[in-house]
Amino acid sequence: MAKSALLGSSLAKKYWMALTGLFLSIFLVVHLAGNLVLLGGQAMAEDFNAYAEFMTTFPLIKIASYLLYASILFHAIDGILLTIQNRKARPVKYHYENPSANSGWASRNMAFLGTVMLLFIVGHMATFWWRMKFGEMPIDAVGQKDLYTVVATYFTTASTAWLHVLLYVVAMIAIGFHLWHGFQSAFQTMGVNHPKYTPVIKKVGYVFSVVIPALFAVIPIYMFITQ
Amino acid sequence: MNLTLKVWRQNGPDDKGHMEIYPVKDINPDMSFLEMMDVLNEELISEGKDPIAFDHDCREGICGMCSMFINGEPHGPERRTTTCQLHMRSFKDGDTIVVEPWRSAAFPVIKDLAVDRAAFDRIQQAGGYVSVNTSGNTIDANAIPVPKQNADKAFNAATCIGCGACVAACKNSSAMLFVSAKVSQYALLPQGKVEAKERVRKMVNQMDLEGFGNCTNTGACEAECPVGISLENIARMNREYLSASLSSAE
Repeated sequence: MAKSALLGSSLAKKYWMALTGLFLSIFLVVHLAGNLVLLGGQAMAEDFNAYAEFMTTFPLIKIASYLLYASILFHAIDGILLTIQNRKARPVKYHYENPSANSGWASRNMAFLGTVMLLFIVGHMATFWWRMKFGEMPIDAVGQKDLYTVVATYFTTASTAWLHVLLYVVAMIAIGFHLWHGFQSAFQTMGVNHPKYTPVIKKVGYVFSVVIPALFAVIPIYMFITQ
Repeated sequence: MNLTLKVWRQNGPDDKGHMEIYPVKDINPDMSFLEMMDVLNEELISEGKDPIAFDHDCREGICGMCSMFINGEPHGPERRTTTCQLHMRSFKDGDTIVVEPWRSAAFPVIKDLAVDRAAFDRIQQAGGYVSVNTSGNTIDANAIPVPKQNADKAFNAATCIGCGACVAACKNSSAMLFVSAKVSQYALLPQGKVEAKERVRKMVNQMDLEGFGNCTNTGACEAECPVGISLENIARMNREYLSASLSSAE
């Protein structure tokens, strides 16, 4: 074999894309579960801060979080490599194409949607993750780092709070479209295609891609409206 | 019918190529697309001009030779149809029809609308065969029981005519539907099991070497395939390749 079959080949790149993508989907659920505490408002601020503290200090979660950072990087770099190869495979473009006749919009724009998400993740981590880990944080009544106040300020009282909410919602829409295609695509790539199970996987994927980003988006919108 | 054709003209592999406009008049709606091209070429020849080069052979929809990217889709707007079986009644009088060659780094243009699809032959040669004894003591194929379900799936995969519409339709110029059909037709049958692991690795490796793109699971290939090869085959190839790679000693 010219290339290592499980590292360099076209299919290997796809397997890694699928596996890291599914892992990141699981992460979204965990992240969302914590974020939903924010809907409890100031009354549950200390609970949210305790959760944030736990997520940044508990050793097992720390290991998982390093796996997560690696997955995000790997998924992004692998995606860029695949996209470069795909572009090279058609050096002369068609003059006229009718792609909507044979494929869905999300499936053709995974790289664009991924880029939007990557930019969002960089901004998102700079705003919250970096500050929580390395920055100056306010302290709540029981002496925990007060992430609740940081989030609430960002989405409600900051002068550009409306813009923060808007960008967040846009990013969630991008994640929704990315998942709309990506969820079921990951199973197909791993070879799971079955007349009985594939329709179920597709439906689960569509529900997942709408419900998860929508719940994420509801939180800053709710905070902004009820400030 | 009177139509306006916008056709890709390219005078050889190294020519840059350009779109050229041709009006065609008095076309019978029951003509096939290729017959309409024949009429245009007759006119071009009588005017002393260079006729448009395009691939064709059986004109019965079974050989896979005719190509052409018509109005943004391989083999035109109809489903499960090759260009020779596409009839002019699928278009309206006064339509402008854009005709281009398959566009892929692995399918270089020979001239105008004709492309070199030898990359498919090389993938096939890399592993798309079964080694059987042909020296006089050939075993009756029916001697080995094959489940009907598997025989049907293998047969469906084997209906791939290697036309390259999957590559032309794919935004990534990926050949995975073709390769997966060829892998599947053998992987599903006992006669093909012997070399299954080696086959999938060799064929995928050759596919990568030819410069085809990667699969994004858009499903464009399946939608445009004139014989309806299913995405199920790509999943099967992915399974075969994964298990072959994990279990290999290399």
